[in-house]
Amino acid sequence: MKRREVLTGLVTAVVGSATLELGPAHAQAGAAAAPCLAATGSLGVIIERASGSVLTVDWDRRMVVGRIEGLGDLSHASAVFSRDERFAYIFGRDGGLSKIDILAGRIANRVIQAGNAIGGAISGDGKLVAVSNYQPGGVRVFDAETLAPVCDIPAEVGNGVRSKTVGLVDAPGQRFVYTLYDAGQIWIADFSGWSGGQPRVTRHANIGKLPYDASITGDGRYYIAGLFGEDGLVLLDLWDKPATPRRIVDGYGRGEAPLPVFKMPHLEGWGEVAGRLLLPAVGRHELLAIDGMTFAECGRVATHGQPIFAVVQPGSPHVWVNFAHPLNDTVQVIDARTMQVVHTFKPGPAVLHLEFTPRGNEVWISVRDSDRIDIHDTQSFERIASIPARKPSGIFFTARAHRIGQ
Amino acid sequence: MRVHPLRLQRSSLYFGLVVVALASSGLGGAAHAIDAARQSTLTSLVRQDCGSCHGMTLKGGLGKPLLPDALEHLDADSIAAIILNGVPGQPMPAWKGLLSAEDAAWIAQQLKEGFPQ
Repeated sequence: MKRREVLTGLVTAVVGSATLELGPAHAQAGAAAAPCLAATGSLGVIIERASGSVLTVDWDRRMVVGRIEGLGDLSHASAVFSRDERFAYIFGRDGGLSKIDILAGRIANRVIQAGNAIGGAISGDGKLVAVSNYQPGGVRVFDAETLAPVCDIPAEVGNGVRSKTVGLVDAPGQRFVYTLYDAGQIWIADFSGWSGGQPRVTRHANIGKLPYDASITGDGRYYIAGLFGEDGLVLLDLWDKPATPRRIVDGYGRGEAPLPVFKMPHLEGWGEVAGRLLLPAVGRHELLAIDGMTFAECGRVATHGQPIFAVVQPGSPHVWVNFAHPLNDTVQVIDARTMQVVHTFKPGPAVLHLEFTPRGNEVWISVRDSDRIDIHDTQSFERIASIPARKPSGIFFTARAHRIGQ
Repeated sequence: MRVHPLRLQRSSLYFGLVVVALASSGLGGAAHAIDAARQSTLTSLVRQDCGSCHGMTLKGGLGKPLLPDALEHLDADSIAAIILNGVPGQPMPAWKGLLSAEDAAWIAQQLKEGFPQ
């Protein structure tokens, strides 16, 4: 009963404000007096990095639903979702943690939790939101309902020094896994059976120099951190207890001088496809292919530039790749079976992110310098629609709510 | 700890270049050569692309803060040299393939003064 009252109340409020916030797709014409239920399964958010705003969008209808403003510095911002897909948690660069009510089109709650932050994660049970901080270095955990702080885990590495943390993900068993950039460590904070206070934290030291980002496979098994200071990656099998980090594809640079890296790659969105993982090399215009069983290198693909994202298209052998400045006007599609580039196209300068509709039929691409989102059909590769957006960066659809590590 | 011979070589090169850059008396004065259109391009580049590591507000991220207070210990010529040649062993890349000495000098001077929006 309570839930129905909330929904009815919401829709009344929306209809009362001339459906400006949710748009015509969600409030049927002529339904002013009747309750109108709305769902969130085809919705998402797009970060407008320079204006502190977020667009709510409907990917099924290929339209903007509304804009929510007042979210602070959103450069490099990202989002995770509540389990019911109604709320998005937006992690801002300035330490802002905002809980957005996607249905009502408003900020439900907002706190400034640190001075400088880089992304976050939501626990497997949906009750805890963790934020990765540069300043002060460490991870802070909040109640997903109220955003009240519940736990602070400083990334202290001796003598009062704190490390920046990167690559924070949720892992099965109510765990958060993250990497200490300055200290070269991976920490696992285990909140299973937790009822307050500090969680159990396992610290893996000496994993390598300057791990810049990390990610987890969709099955929740493998956590992989990329190293900037060395040619290699670090693999942690989270199904092993205790898990032990090991180095993979060591020395992939073959001693050659790296090319300048004008933007750090992002280890997010990849997964195993055709028995391989395709990951950005650092300082090389290549994707590395890693065998999904042995984690040995099993090939390379020469690419247009320094890869940033290499995202697997659901239901296909294709991996879509964007690139670092100054070659960031291009997207390439690679077939993981043949390791060939099968399509190259140029949406325009500053392609920052791409997100597939959950079954991979369409892809949304943010083109920052054109203030535009392009939508492409993934079978024909043709552009089928464009949506205006202010300096768009990250695109996040609510289907992520049900995926490990997203 | 592995030390790549090539990295060592690169770092000697870097110090050589810094000396050259510091010795070049024309570097600071070159800022005047940047016209309004180029200033606009460079402003956007610094905010948006340098911003991917240093933050769009330049208060730092994975990279160091670039606000005037944080740069007090460096003069404009040294900052320009870092922009052009990068910092060996750190993620800061050499921008000399993309930016001219005049570009770097202009950016360095603006950073010292408080970078335009």
